[in-house]
Amino acid sequence: MRQRRLLGLGALAVSLLVAVLASIALGAKVIPVNEVLSALVAPTGSENDVVIRSLRIPRTVLGVLVGIALGLAGALVQGFTRNPLGDPGLLGVHFGAAFFVVCGIYLFGVTSLFGYVWFAFAGAFVASAVVFLIGTRAPGGATPVSLALSGAAVSFLLQALTSSVVLIDETSLDAYRFWNVGSLAGRDAGVAGQVVWFIVIGAVLALASAPALNALSLGDDVAASLGHSVRRTRLVGVAAITLLAGAGTAACGPIVFLGLVVPHLVRSFTGPDYRWLLPAAGLAGAVLLLLADVVGRLVARPGELQVGIVVALIGAPVFIALVRRRKLGAI
Amino acid sequence: MSGESWGPGVLVPGRTPLRYRGASVVWRVRPVVVFALSAVVLVLAAAVNLGRGDYPIAITDVLLTLFGGGDAGQQLVVLELRLPRTLVGALVGAALAVSGGIFQSIARNPLASPDIIGIQAGASAAAVFVIVLGGGTAGVGGLFASLGIPLAALAGGLLGAVVIYLLAWRRGIQGFRLVLVGIGVNAVLIAAVHWLLTVAQIYQAAQAQVWLTGSLNARSWNEVLPLAGTMLVLVPASLVLVHVLGALRYDDDTARGLGVRVDRSRTALLLVAVVFASVATAAAGPIAFVALVTPQIAQRLCRTGTPPLAVSMVLGAALTVLADLIARTALGSVELPVGIVTAVLGAPYLLYLLARPRQEARA
Repeated sequence: MRQRRLLGLGALAVSLLVAVLASIALGAKVIPVNEVLSALVAPTGSENDVVIRSLRIPRTVLGVLVGIALGLAGALVQGFTRNPLGDPGLLGVHFGAAFFVVCGIYLFGVTSLFGYVWFAFAGAFVASAVVFLIGTRAPGGATPVSLALSGAAVSFLLQALTSSVVLIDETSLDAYRFWNVGSLAGRDAGVAGQVVWFIVIGAVLALASAPALNALSLGDDVAASLGHSVRRTRLVGVAAITLLAGAGTAACGPIVFLGLVVPHLVRSFTGPDYRWLLPAAGLAGAVLLLLADVVGRLVARPGELQVGIVVALIGAPVFIALVRRRKLGAI
Repeated sequence: MSGESWGPGVLVPGRTPLRYRGASVVWRVRPVVVFALSAVVLVLAAAVNLGRGDYPIAITDVLLTLFGGGDAGQQLVVLELRLPRTLVGALVGAALAVSGGIFQSIARNPLASPDIIGIQAGASAAAVFVIVLGGGTAGVGGLFASLGIPLAALAGGLLGAVVIYLLAWRRGIQGFRLVLVGIGVNAVLIAAVHWLLTVAQIYQAAQAQVWLTGSLNARSWNEVLPLAGTMLVLVPASLVLVHVLGALRYDDDTARGLGVRVDRSRTALLLVAVVFASVATAAAGPIAFVALVTPQIAQRLCRTGTPPLAVSMVLGAALTVLADLIARTALGSVELPVGIVTAVLGAPYLLYLLARPRQEARA
C-alpha cells in the first residue's frame, strides 16, 4: 500500500511538471520549442517572449495555485460532510462568490477581474460561514445531511438573488456571464498575488487537519474518544475550505466538478487515509486544471474554450466511469 | 415490551389498519392534517391570485366569474389570463414536488432531486440552445426552433434522463449510483448552458436568463392542458406505486423479501418522476427549490421516514401559487419571475427547520 501511494504521488508530480511545460509551450499562438526555451532562460523582448513571460507563465502559475486549492477543498468537503457527493459548491461557495461579484458590478460598477476577486472572496466566506452556522445548529449538530441541506438551501437563495440582479440590469448580466463560466484567461500576475497567501494558509490548515479527519471518518464519538475536539476540527476544516475554495473561485470564477472529481480519482491509490489523500488531491487538482486549460486553448483556436467548460467535459466521463466501476457506498 | 400486541392483523402497535382485500393503510393523523392545511393554503392563495393585479377584482366577483357570471372584462382577466396562469403554477408545483419526493426516496438522499441530478438541466440546456441558436436557419438549431422552447425543454429533460439512466444502469439501478451519475451529467449540462450564454447576443442571454429563472408570466390554457393531461395519468400511477417506496427504504434484498419486484418498480417510479419534472420544466422553466425542498418540508411536518407523496404534491402546488402571487404583487408594477420567490420563500424555511431546537422528530 505504501509503495502504491508513493508511486501514485510520484506519477502525479511528474504529470504536474509535464502539464506546466505544456501550459507554457502550447497555446493559441504556435511558438517553436527553441523559442519557448530562449524565452525562459534568455528573453530578448521579442513578441513570443512577451506572450510566454507576461501571458502564459502568470496563467500557468495561477492554474497551479487554483488547481491545488480546489483539489484540496474538494477532499476536505467530502471528508467533513462525509458525503461523497461533496463539492465546495455544496457549502454555497460558488453562489456566494457569484452573488457578491454581481453586487460589485451592479452597485459599485466594478469591471475588472482584479476588482472581482475581493467581492468573490467575501461572498464565498459569508456563504460558507452561514451554511456552517446553520448546519451546526440543526438537531444532532453538523451532520453530513444537515450541512449538505443547509448548503443547498443557501445556494438556491443566493442563486435566486443573483438572478434577480442580472434580470434587472443587463450590464451586470453581460459581465457576469463571462465571469460565471470559469476561466484562467486574462488574469495578470496580480490576481495570483492577491490569492496566493489565502491558498497557502488554507493548504497548511488542510494538511494539519488530516489526522483529525481520519478519526472523524470513524464517527464523531470515536473521534472524540480518540482525543479530537470535533467542534474545533470542524471549525478549522471550514476555515480551510473557505480559504481554498473562496480563493480559487475568486481568481477564476466557479469551476464546477474539479473538487468533486479529484478526491474520487486519487482515492483509488491513496485509500481513505487523509494524510495521503489530501496532498494527492492537491496535485491532481493542479494537473487536471492545467491540462484542461491547455486543451481549451488548443481546440478552439484562434479563440478558446473556457477552462470551466473543459473541466466539466473531461471530468464528467472519468467521474461516471469511476462511479460505475467502483463500489462507492462507503468513504 | 409495551402493552400493545403484535398480532397478525396489526401493522403498527396502537393503530388499527384500514384494510381492503390485499391492501392496507395505517391511518395517521398528522399527514392528514398537513394535507388539509396545505389544501386550504392552496385554495386561498389561488383565490387571492385570481383577484389581484393591475385589474383588481373582488373575491365575490371572482367566484361569480368562475361559475359563469361576471362581465366580459372580468371573464377575460379571470378565465383567460389569471386562471390558466394559476393552474399552471399549481400543476407545476405539484409535479415538481412529487418528482423530488420520488427521487429522494429511491436514492435515500435528500439531495437527489431533478434539479440536482440533471433532469431540469437537460431541459434548460435544450431550451437555452433554442433561444440562443434558434435564430439560425439550418441544422439542429432550426429543427429545435421549429418545435418551440417548451417542446425542446421536454425533449431535453427526457433525453437527459435516458442518458443518466443508461449510464447508471449496471445490472439494475442503484439509487446512490444514479445520484452520482446524475450529478456528473448535470455538471456538463450546466457548463453547456453557461457556455451558450457567453456566445449569445446580450439580448438573447437576457431572454435565456428569464427562462432559466422560472416564470409563469403569460402562461395560458396551451400550457394547462398538456400539464393537466399528464397529471391525470401520472398521479394515479404514482399513488399506486407509492407503496413500493416504503419497501425501497430498506436494502434491495429486504425489499425483495417483502415481495417487491425491486428493479421493475424502481424503473417505473423513476420514469414517472422524470416525466413529472420534464413536463413541469417545459411549462414554466426550471423553477428553483420546489422539487428539492417541498418533500423535505412535508416529511418534517408529517414526521414520517420518507417524503409523503400526496402531502408533497399539495404542498408543492400551494407553495408555487403563493410564490407566484408574491412575485406578481410584491414590487408593485414590477413583476418578478416566480423562481426567485420560491427560492427566497423556501430557503429560509428549510433553514429554520434545520436550525430549530432538537425535537422528537426523526432526523
